[in-house]
This record gives sequence, structure tokens and C-alpha cells, in this order.
Amino acid sequence: MIHSLGCLNRLNGLNGLNRRALLCLAAALLVAACSGKPDPDAGLSVLNRSLSADPESLDPQKARSTQAADVLRDIGEGLLAYDPAGALVAAGAERWSVSGDGLTYTFDLRKDARWSTGDPVTADDYVFGLRRLVDPASATFYASAVSAIVNAESIIAGEMPPESLGVRAVDAHTLEISLTEPTLYLLGLLTHPSTFPAHRERVEQHGEHYALPGNLPSNGAYLLERWEPGSVVEIRRNTEYWNDAGTAIDVVYHHVITQEAQELNRYRAGELHITSNVPPESFQQVREEYGGQLRVYPTLGIYYYGFNLSREPFADEPGLRQALSMAIDREVLVERITGRGEAPAYSWVPPGIYNYEPPQLSYAELTQEERNRIAQSLYREAGYGEENPLRFELRYNTSDTQRRIALAVQAMWRDVLGAEAELVNVEFQVLLEQMRAAEITEVFRSSWLGDYNDAYTFLGVLESGSPSNMPRYVNDEYDALLRNAASQVDADRRRLYLEEAERVLLADHALIPLYFYVSKHLVDPRIRGWGDNLLDYHYSRHLSFDTAH
Amino acid sequence: MLPLLRYTLRRLLSAIPTLFLVVALAFILVHQAPGSPFSDERVLPEAVEDNLRARYHLDESLPEQFVRYVGGLLRGDFGPSYSYPDRSVGDLIAIGLPVSLKLGALALIVSVVLGIAAGIVAALQHNKPLDRLVTGFAMTGISVPVFVVAPVLVLLFAVHLDWLPTSWSGSSGLSRLVLPVIALALPEIASIARLTRANLIDVLGSDFVRTAKAQGLGTAAIVRHHALKPALLPVLSYMGPTIAAVLTGSVVVEEVFGIPGLGQFFVRGALNRDYTLVLGVVVLYAVLIVGLNLIVDLLYSLIDPRIRYR
Repeated sequence: MIHSLGCLNRLNGLNGLNRRALLCLAAALLVAACSGKPDPDAGLSVLNRSLSADPESLDPQKARSTQAADVLRDIGEGLLAYDPAGALVAAGAERWSVSGDGLTYTFDLRKDARWSTGDPVTADDYVFGLRRLVDPASATFYASAVSAIVNAESIIAGEMPPESLGVRAVDAHTLEISLTEPTLYLLGLLTHPSTFPAHRERVEQHGEHYALPGNLPSNGAYLLERWEPGSVVEIRRNTEYWNDAGTAIDVVYHHVITQEAQELNRYRAGELHITSNVPPESFQQVREEYGGQLRVYPTLGIYYYGFNLSREPFADEPGLRQALSMAIDREVLVERITGRGEAPAYSWVPPGIYNYEPPQLSYAELTQEERNRIAQSLYREAGYGEENPLRFELRYNTSDTQRRIALAVQAMWRDVLGAEAELVNVEFQVLLEQMRAAEITEVFRSSWLGDYNDAYTFLGVLESGSPSNMPRYVNDEYDALLRNAASQVDADRRRLYLEEAERVLLADHALIPLYFYVSKHLVDPRIRGWGDNLLDYHYSRHLSFDTAH
Repeated sequence: MLPLLRYTLRRLLSAIPTLFLVVALAFILVHQAPGSPFSDERVLPEAVEDNLRARYHLDESLPEQFVRYVGGLLRGDFGPSYSYPDRSVGDLIAIGLPVSLKLGALALIVSVVLGIAAGIVAALQHNKPLDRLVTGFAMTGISVPVFVVAPVLVLLFAVHLDWLPTSWSGSSGLSRLVLPVIALALPEIASIARLTRANLIDVLGSDFVRTAKAQGLGTAAIVRHHALKPALLPVLSYMGPTIAAVLTGSVVVEEVFGIPGLGQFFVRGALNRDYTLVLGVVVLYAVLIVGLNLIVDLLYSLIDPRIRYR
């Protein structure tokens, strides 16, 4: 304190100009101190994109959320990948062959693939990763994704050792996968991060902390540099990547932004190049303001109302279920309630899936007035009417969008049929528990997002033994058709079985498809290499900046 | 000094059963909530879920889990996080706490300095325009919720004026602290200003102040030497829980600005039924409250010599 006073006195003694110069110097030092280190990104090409939720893990085998997968596709690579248009392309594997019975896949791995550590990526690394995925000790969420591989289910159940998994390193660069049934969607599955290779030495060295920055090696275009949970994941160019020359952007920040309105603010402020969504309340305004920067296109997701088929009043009442399904004007829902380009749903499998043409609900071609008339007679046939209206509960998870949709549907059911739906909203976890128990639910809201570009990712959900079969749909014919499809080696024959299965499902009105989700992004006009695709995957290594812009 | 030490020791000892009770109650409540840490619309096959439950000892009975948890706590181990498989709850607290502490401490300094200053000015200008201005601001500050204030600050200063970054991850400098600190501090400035003003007006009307005035002391000297200390006692008791709340992070502010603080982890833990993460933050919060209340009580004796501890 005394010392600084002395300084001040000395300052007073200086002439005006010098004092001002010194003060300026002090101020400059202060500013320099405040602004911190020099910008590490100076001169680099930097992409700021966003994640709508915090990725819970960046361990390829242990991660669960789509947000984690978005980052993992940047910092790792599987045998195959998708191009910007959403078509399957070779990645870690250069080529592959399938045995005549469709049960054995042989992959020739790229010989120039290397980990960020400099080690070559070998068939052993893939074997190690897949074993790690099904090993009960690693307790992974996606273990059953590869249940088609020989012995996978027994290993998950703890009945066989992970080493018995049907994957084999024939030599350092040849991998063989053996399946229990021809799984025609296997190649798509092998783009999923859970099937990425794992670096044995690092896993053994770091254990639970394998996937933290500094520990996690990369065989992809980028390397994990920094990860602040709830805030940001920073990844940087992996110069060891076999196609590093094809990577244009040096640094990618995946910002965690849970609030859609804040995400839009950041885009407006120029701090974000790609948003993960667009808030519903600003959608029209954004469309007018940003025009071509707004990308809206179909994705693999459906929003539906499920019936609890294991109890009254909807068990064994397909006519009644059909009446409720027909009375909903889906056009009104997507235009006035959701209003972000969603498509009305008249099938369970979304349109656009590879090698599949979803059959439509029987009434899809009718006008809403015609549908209403049929719905009314079906409702009466089921024994309900003005004096004796159908009363039931519609359960949904607490959220503004769910509530607005439920209110609209409730009004449609009342106006067209006179049915009285009581709206019950509960917290998401509570709804999940109630749907799973299938004891008190009658009609409930749910959704399904596909994992890979194949109809089975939707149809398999409603197989009688499927844990995600929330409506508790059981139909032997449906199950048999899916089993038949699974045993087909020929893609076109398989497709016929799958489409027939969906026809059975739709005729049963086991659930009410309401609308198909769309992806909605704001994309900076300087970005090149962006492709709208059904899976909504956008690898950072495909993107670049148009410097002329 | 000895009575003060004895008092402190007694308070610390009595904190043990309090904390135990908090842990036990929180443990029971969090496990009673419907749902599970692993449930999702994509329901896991039974064998997969069994492996997860076994991995985190959730297949044991509740009493066994409780004993395991408390045993871990005593060794300083908060347990694994179910929603962040690569990290333990201890790791997450180690990430979130320093960030929340830094923001909270800055917000506290700002709110104490500005709040007390505004309160003094208002009290001295009792019923004059300046007083009305401060009271009006304080009422607004208290009644407008932070989930309105924070986005408005972003819109104004980051989007339209472009003076500051919109978010934590949007910059690495000090500038990213400014908006969150303001958002955190505003309601506290308002509360402290109101408390200070009301108490100072009260004290300024008391007999000893009138005596001081009669002896010819100026207003500044009276406030500084006689009136301020007693007027700040209620502010001090208000500060105990406030400090704990501000330091453990505000969910809304953290979500709006994307700050990796404790508040976000707490909410994520609660929504995902990450039992250990929720419990970890609750335990930390409880320890902070108990500790800060003790400190506040000890500070009383420094400010008000009439208070004695036995």
C-alpha cells in the first residue's frame, strides 16, 4: 500500500505528458492481462457448431445419446461412414465381401489408417472394440445393437466370455464378422460409434478415464482436445488421419446449448455457424429473415400416440382404435401446432428409407370429412355414442409442445366423435416408467428415432418381445413376417416381407402415427460441403468455408 | 476467546447429525422418484440393463446401497455418476465447483458493494427521488425472474450491441464473465439494497443516533462510525444462505450462458435420476450452508459487541 502511494507521488512529480503515457501503458498492460493468452486459433479455420444436450460420454462404446454420437463421428471412424448426401461409403475398411449365405462379412482394412498416437489401426483394434461393447463388465448401452453377431447375446447375458464373439482378425488388416442371420442392415450399423475400434493399450492404461481429453486416441479426422461438461467440446485436426489432406477445418467447437432461443441468439451474434434446431416460436420469423440459411428436411423420426393394447378400453378393439386415429386431422397439427415443416404421418416407417416404400393407412387417400364420417360409424359400432361417450386418459410428458398437441387432439376427438380424453401430464421419467409398466396407461404420447437407414430400425420396435414395444403390440403374423425378413439374403425379397409386416401393423391400428420429424438447422452461408440427409449426420471433415464469400 | 472456540466446536459437532440427516433424507427421496437412471424411450434389453445395474451396485438392496454410499462419503468418495460414465461425481464437482465459485464470488462482491451503497444512499435520501429510484429498482430486481433477465441481457448486450459474448464457450477472456455476473448479482443487489435501506432508516431514527447528532457529529461520521454496523446485522444473516446459493451455481444462468457449473449438473442429475450426482451436490450444498451459517454467527460477535457466545 505504502509502496503504491510512493508510486503515485512519483507520478505526480512527472510532467503531464509522461504521466499520461505511463497511465496509458498501465491501462494497456491491464487490458492485455484481462484478455488472457494469445488466441490459439489465430490463422486457423474454426467451425462453431452446437449440440442440443450435453454428450454424457465420448467413449465410443459407452456413449448413448445422439449428441455424443455427433461428436464421436468426428473423433473416430468405423468400418464404414456416410457421405454428405447420406450414402454409405468405405471408411476404415477399403472393401468388403459377403459370403453366399449372407452370414460372414470379410473386411479389408485400410493399411494407411493410423491412430493419433501413430500406431496403425488393425483388425485387432476392431475386435477389441466390439468385444468391449458386449462385455458385461463395460456395461454399455448399445451392447445389443450388434446382437446379430454370433454369441453376442450370450456374452451380454454373462453366459459366455467376450472372447467368444463372432469377430476375428484374420490378419492385421482383415476382419471377419460372423452373424447368426443375414443382417442386411449390418453395413449401416458399422457406421455407429459403438462399433468403432478401441485402442487396447490406452484402455488398459486409463480404464474408466479412457475417453477423457489427453487419454482418448483418435482414428478419425479430429482429436479430442478439451471437454467441459455442460459447455463445450473442442476437437482439433488429427494429422495422423489417413485422409487428413481432405480435412479443411482445423478446429471444431461443439457448443452445448440446451435452450433453443439461446442457440438462435448465438447464431444471430455470429458465434455459431450451424444450429442444431430452430425454436418453434421464432420459426416463421427465422424463415423470413434467413431464407436459404434455414435447412428443413425429413429425418428418421416419428411422433405417435400409442394405445395400451394390454388392457381395456383399447385391447381387442381395432375398430375403436381406427376411429380415434381417423378423427385426428394431421394436416391441422403440422400446419397450426408444430408448424416447422413436419410431414403428417400415415405409416409407421418414415418415407425416404433405403430400399423401402412404406404402405399407407387405409384411409390416407380420403378427405378429412370422409374420414370423420367413417370414424363416427366405427365409434358407434364399438358401442359408444352421445349418451355413452368413451372416456379415457391421454398421458404425455410435461412440455409446452406436447400440451398444445394434446389439447388439439383432445378437441378433435370431442368434436368428431364426442369422446372425452382427459389430459394427464407427468414428468418424462414418470411417463417412461408408466409406459413400461403398461398398467395405468390408456393412450400415451411417444416417439421413435431410427438408428440406421433401414426399415427394421422402426419395424423391429413393435415385435412382441421388443423392450421398446410400448403399445404392447402382439401379432404372430407380424412377428413371423419379420422373422422371415431376417432370414432373407436377397434385399428385394426381404423388402417385400417388411412391407407386408407394416401392412399388418397398420391394419391393426396398434398406434396412431401423427407426424414425421424434420431436421431444422441454420447453416452459415459460407459453409460448403453441407448435405441435407435423412440421418441428419454432418461430419465436420466434410465441411469447409468458402473463403471468397 | 475460549468461549468462542468452545462454541465453534459445539456447532461443528452438532453439524454431524444434521448432515447425516440431510444425506439420509436425500438418499431416500431420490431413490423414491419414479424412473431409473437408464430409462429412455429406447428401452434397454433386460440383460443390458442388468449389466448396468450390477456395474453401479443398483442391484443391491437400498440399505446396502446406503451403507456403501455413506462409507464412500466418509472416505471422500462421492461415487460414480450414472449420467456421465467417464467421470465420478467427485470429478464433476471438481469441474463445476471452481466455475460456480468464481462466478458466485464475483457476483457476491458486486452485489454487496452496490447493494449496500445503494441502500445507504436511499436511506439518507429517505422519501426523496433518489430513494424512490433505488426502491423502484430493488422492487424490479426482486420481482423480475432471472430467466427473463438473463436472455434480455444477452439480446441487448451480445446480439444487438455486440459488446460482449453471448456465452461462456463463445470466448475465453474475462468478457464472458460480465453478463452472467450481472444476471446473478441483480436480484442480490436489489435484496441487499432493500435490507440495508430499511435497517439504516430504522437505526438512524434511534436514540443513540439522535445523541450523536446533538453532540454535533456530521451525517457521514454517524453513518460510518455508529449506524452502519447495527444496520448491517440483518444483511449479514441474509448473506449466509445467499452465499451458499450463489456459490453452488444458478441453473438458469448456467443454462442460458452454457456455463459448466454445479447448477447444471444438479438439474441434469435430477432429470436423469443420476442419484449419486444429485446427492453429491446436495451434500456439498448442505456442508456450505452449515459452514456459512456458523461463520455468519461468528461474525456477529465481531460486528456487535453485545453478542456473546457461551
